[in-house]
Amino acid sequence: MGYFAKSPWLLHYDGSSCNGCDIEVLACLMPKYDVERFGIINTGNPKHADVFLITGGINTQNIDVVKNIYNQMGEPKVVVAVGTCATSGHFFSECYNIIGGVDKVIPVDVYAPGCAAKPEMIIDAVVKGLGILEEKKKKMSPK
Amino acid sequence: MTTTSTILVILFIILAPVIGGIISGGDRIISAKMQSRVGPPIVQPFYDVLKLMGKENLVVNRYHGDYMICFLIFTIVSGCLFFGGNNLLLVIFALIVAGVFLVLAAYCTNSPYALIGAERELLQMLAAEPMIILSAVGLYVVTGTFDVYGIANCQHIPIIYLPGVFIALTYVLTIKLRKSPFDLSTSHHAHQELVKGLTTEFAGPSLGLFEIAHWYETVLLLAMIFLFFGSYWILGIILAVIIYFIEILIDNINARIKWELMLISAWAVTLILGVGNLMILYFVFHI
Repeated sequence: MGYFAKSPWLLHYDGSSCNGCDIEVLACLMPKYDVERFGIINTGNPKHADVFLITGGINTQNIDVVKNIYNQMGEPKVVVAVGTCATSGHFFSECYNIIGGVDKVIPVDVYAPGCAAKPEMIIDAVVKGLGILEEKKKKMSPK
Repeated sequence: MTTTSTILVILFIILAPVIGGIISGGDRIISAKMQSRVGPPIVQPFYDVLKLMGKENLVVNRYHGDYMICFLIFTIVSGCLFFGGNNLLLVIFALIVAGVFLVLAAYCTNSPYALIGAERELLQMLAAEPMIILSAVGLYVVTGTFDVYGIANCQHIPIIYLPGVFIALTYVLTIKLRKSPFDLSTSHHAHQELVKGLTTEFAGPSLGLFEIAHWYETVLLLAMIFLFFGSYWILGIILAVIIYFIEILIDNINARIKWELMLISAWAVTLILGVGNLMILYFVFHI
């Protein structure tokens, strides 16, 4: 296991979520789940982050923001779509301003469905993302 | 340089990042316990730095990396001067030069958050440095030498004569270690934008270099605390551990304050406790 799996730093962005998933993401950081046990830290800075957590669907206003944040993150990086809204748009998908899931804008590596996604699900999704992070790192190294 | 000083310098270069990293890991565990969490393993800071070294280096200015390397080198040099038994004033000035390189590294990125962070770092230096220089002066008054080995081998315990200077140094230590309530320029906790300030634009390896330099700096600053106990080194180590624990406690129970209050309070403490202590020594005890 490489060092990326031992120290993934999260960046959490709220697309057009109802805040349900955001509260669950924050619950992961609280004493009950305490993801810092696994070296996971919630940073607010894309340049420091390895894992990009997005909650909520993509709308016409935040499409550029999401692309910008994604481009500012250094390789290797993993995108985790948290909640059904982020995976497909959920019941907002037919709204006039909703484009759909996060994968309409940037490549998503792990999908964590749920309304709201449970903390266990979010932790599981991030842990799955760590394997992908390591694979991406291996692909990076020969360069 | 004598054999002892060469060995000490080499030990510092090799062991300081290890000790600094473990102190930082212990800091995170104790902080987590204070927040009723379990906390990361003690070697977590090493995992973080090794990971950062493997990440893509996003630099916005071609000189950014050079400034960061200079920051690390000058921090190590000031530590080497200290453990090599050189002049204490020289050590402090080398440490200030290292700080200036860090500020330059933040300025050259041209990010508004980093600019504010850099300006706040300058303010922090302005608040902390007078007291650090004054503590060197205090040690000179008591021991009659600026020489680090001379102070370390002195017969009496300097802290008995310099309690005010010691307390004031502990106060500015919070500023130097960038702990709450004085983590204005950048916080060592993962935060965003203004709070991350100085390090906003540091990505991957350059953030790793910053962390390593911070470990060296922590060890050096704790060694300065240690110096207040002269040749009673066991007492010095115990007090250095207690002081660091108090720093963690202060970090966890305080909110960030405005820079005006930091500057005024740091200078007030310097004037009242630092200068006051030296004046009492001069006028009352005629030292």
